[in-house]
Amino acid sequence: MTQIDIDGLTVTYASAQGDIPVLSQVSVSIGAGESVAIIGESGSGKSTLAAAIMGFLRTGSSVRAGELRLDGEDVLSASNRRLREMRRGVVSLVPQNAGHALTPSMTIGRQIAEALPGFPGQGAAEMRAEVVRLLGEVKLPTPEAIFDRYPHQLSGGQQQRAAIAMGLASRPKILVLDEPTTGLDVVTQASILKLIGSLRAAHNMSIVLVSHDLGVVAHLCERAVVLYAGQVVEDADTRTLLAAPSHLYSQALISAIPSTGRPGLPLGLPGTPPHPRPLLAGETAADPISESELQGWRQHAAAAKKEFRPYRPVATNAPVLRVKELSVDYRRKPDGVSGPTVAGVSFEIQKGEILALIGESGSGKSTIASAIAGLRPLAAGSIELIDPESGSTVDLSRPVKRRSRRTLSSVQLVFQNADTSLNPRRSIQDSIERPLRLFLRIAGTKLHEKRDAIMRDVGLNREFAHRLPSQLSGGQRQRVGIARSIATSPKVILADEVVSALDVSVQASVLRLIDDVRREHELSVLFVAHDLAVVRGLADRLIVLHLGRIVEQGTVEDIFAGPNHPYTRTLIDSILDPDPDAVSPVDEVEIAMPTQPPLLGTAFADRYPSASGNRHPSTVDFGNGHLINTHLTRAELLALPHNNRANPAPSDSAKDVQ
Amino acid sequence: MNPPVAQSTEQASPAWVMELRRTMVGIGKSPSTMFGLGLIAMHVIIALTVALWAPYSPIATNPAAILKSPSVQHWLGTDSLGRDIFSRVVYGGQFSLGLSIMAAVFCVVIGGTLGMLAAFYRGWFDEALMRLVDAVLSVPTILALLLVVSLMGNGPVVIAVAATVVYAPAVARVARAATLQVVELDYVTAAKGRGESGAAIILREILPNVLDVLLVELAMKASWILLLVSSLSFLGFGANPPTPDWGLMVSENRTLLSVRPWGTVAPIIALGTLIIGFNLAADGLAKIRGVDRAGAV
Repeated sequence: MTQIDIDGLTVTYASAQGDIPVLSQVSVSIGAGESVAIIGESGSGKSTLAAAIMGFLRTGSSVRAGELRLDGEDVLSASNRRLREMRRGVVSLVPQNAGHALTPSMTIGRQIAEALPGFPGQGAAEMRAEVVRLLGEVKLPTPEAIFDRYPHQLSGGQQQRAAIAMGLASRPKILVLDEPTTGLDVVTQASILKLIGSLRAAHNMSIVLVSHDLGVVAHLCERAVVLYAGQVVEDADTRTLLAAPSHLYSQALISAIPSTGRPGLPLGLPGTPPHPRPLLAGETAADPISESELQGWRQHAAAAKKEFRPYRPVATNAPVLRVKELSVDYRRKPDGVSGPTVAGVSFEIQKGEILALIGESGSGKSTIASAIAGLRPLAAGSIELIDPESGSTVDLSRPVKRRSRRTLSSVQLVFQNADTSLNPRRSIQDSIERPLRLFLRIAGTKLHEKRDAIMRDVGLNREFAHRLPSQLSGGQRQRVGIARSIATSPKVILADEVVSALDVSVQASVLRLIDDVRREHELSVLFVAHDLAVVRGLADRLIVLHLGRIVEQGTVEDIFAGPNHPYTRTLIDSILDPDPDAVSPVDEVEIAMPTQPPLLGTAFADRYPSASGNRHPSTVDFGNGHLINTHLTRAELLALPHNNRANPAPSDSAKDVQ
Repeated sequence: MNPPVAQSTEQASPAWVMELRRTMVGIGKSPSTMFGLGLIAMHVIIALTVALWAPYSPIATNPAAILKSPSVQHWLGTDSLGRDIFSRVVYGGQFSLGLSIMAAVFCVVIGGTLGMLAAFYRGWFDEALMRLVDAVLSVPTILALLLVVSLMGNGPVVIAVAATVVYAPAVARVARAATLQVVELDYVTAAKGRGESGAAIILREILPNVLDVLLVELAMKASWILLLVSSLSFLGFGANPPTPDWGLMVSENRTLLSVRPWGTVAPIIALGTLIIGFNLAADGLAKIRGVDRAGAV
């Protein structure tokens, strides 16, 4: 039986130019108990479609044509009162950011109780029992206690679980999930997805999942609808879509996504959002996708096969940056319970190497980057910049204010969010020219030539020079950020989560750009990331951080092959490849990890006790620079399950390691 | 291999031209903003070209035409000294309008600078400045001004400086709040990472992004100061007789309000339209430029 029936839905958004189509002639039907993903890049209209299913239209939007029926009932003509009733029993929404969606001044239990079908007539004790049952169902520990907590007292993953419990409270037939795991750490993401999968089976709900992440889709949905510019370009079961997409756009999109099974850098999509023309009065559909766009994807699909850049690590032995026993402390004074935020971190970056610093939020990875940039005072330890030719060193322990101009130009930052790292009131050329003026002291024609050369290097058309950041797409803005950082020929680039705010399809092209510039200019890159899948095809070496301590380091190949620290293993197991057959071995319950850096010993001693009774970590060396800092013995590490994920077949290129 | 180069077809113009164009388009679409700016423009033009409009001298007394009702000779009648009320209303904007715009500029320049410095450097400077701001804001404005004027005289410079002292703290607080949001952003961190000086960061990175807030404050404060200066004149501490000034005219003619209302109502309408103009312009600009006025004092 059809649970959701959308037929020829066209939604427009009123702008100064006219009514711009956001959705055009969208027809989808979803059966009871079916789980369907809506996939698309940002701006494809996927969130508008999800909102329309809930009976919401953003202010300024209106329905031009089409029908939308939930459970046989027309949503578009329903009264507000009827819509409210439907949202309490037919359809529920789990929002993207549970931290913002929960009311901060109400306890979790009271908020969820308001969504119960019996509210407000039901007895208090009865409602409490029901809510506690729901909290238990979403696998929150100690549901009784969580009932009386406020949202800020829960972690991000727990908040998302509470939001899911709220979605379930009205016993809906349809659950709409809008990017339910996008803001979460990888380990949490994997466990939330498992939870959603099991709830769906238990309640026989229809699930509509809005996502840009094909890994998430592959794990949760059996069918996927691909949107481009508000139009459905493909509607197929997930397996077929991922293995043999039929539409040119789907082919281009899927080929742009990296996979740990095939390490390397795929060819990214250009990522320029389409600009549909406004609809005239009486028109009910946007123009079909133009032949030139189709041609672009056709070329892309052809190029993607040839241009896939297999993983090719760079191995050199000329350190340019040495961090020794680095410690950064955010605490006002030692409190006797926890240790410093970052402690005992030592590593070297070689010339031309990409070193990835991996960890979840709060692991201190960005703190380390800003300490190297001189924006955070060190509590202990030293940072040195080394000239590989002469061997002379520069002390980077001192803050920015006390560094020479040459030193400043040698270490450059690239930020996570290109929206906020570029001054919205300064043109692109201004942003790129500033470091050139400041460090190279050039002006006039020379400055313009240099700026044009750099823009060409990062693949930005010269016409962009006069534009403001708001007139560029996310990927283009990140290119400007990279252009600015390489402008003064630095030695080290500190790249802080540079692709995590971008669409997956655009990520690939930015990663390729980073790979290009480091090979071309023999740059060393400290690549801060939380996602192992992103660095799998790019980085040469990895450092895994947990609560500001290094737990493991080594080459990417060695770390993916194991043996590993149990924490690294969890991270690797949490990677979601876009492959419906890949099984994620992560436990359902969030891994109970300490959230404060320990004063002494290691955070893992309780969860993975060592037979030796040891609680203090020491370094176990597996050769080739693969070091694990753990309280476990070598034999215990080897005995831990590893290689859960099939090891990628060695490609031809993996051999040509220099 | 070169990454794909994105194409662009439109001809680009400098950033500030585009911003100006965006603002002009916004004003064009907002009738209330146009109306407000129009009122201000009208008053400014009249104040600059008084001789073209006024049929009589605003200070010439005429014992033969005392307290005349509106007529062809005297459009708004005459006051108790036989002065033409229409001419006095035309001239009446010069003193208070010039003074309030000058004082508002002082306020925004000084308050804005202090606010940006406080938010950028934080620490003891911020703490000390904000406590000072709290102290000044707790003193009733009109009383403080009366005190200054009675101690130091009522010259235009004294009034402008006094109004600045009274209102600059409020501007400083707004500028500080706006700057606090900006200093958190990565482009400021990037500038610090380049080792730029504090002055360069404030002028290059912060000022362009709080300029909208400051412009809206300028319009708001101009209207407040106009009201304040008129109040002073009304109380006899502002413009000196026989200077034609709206506040002073209201005071001079108020006893005759019930029998000869035009002498009081005409300057009130003149003053009211100008203040409405400032307020509409401030609100409209805030909306067009996306300035959040919720936090304004």
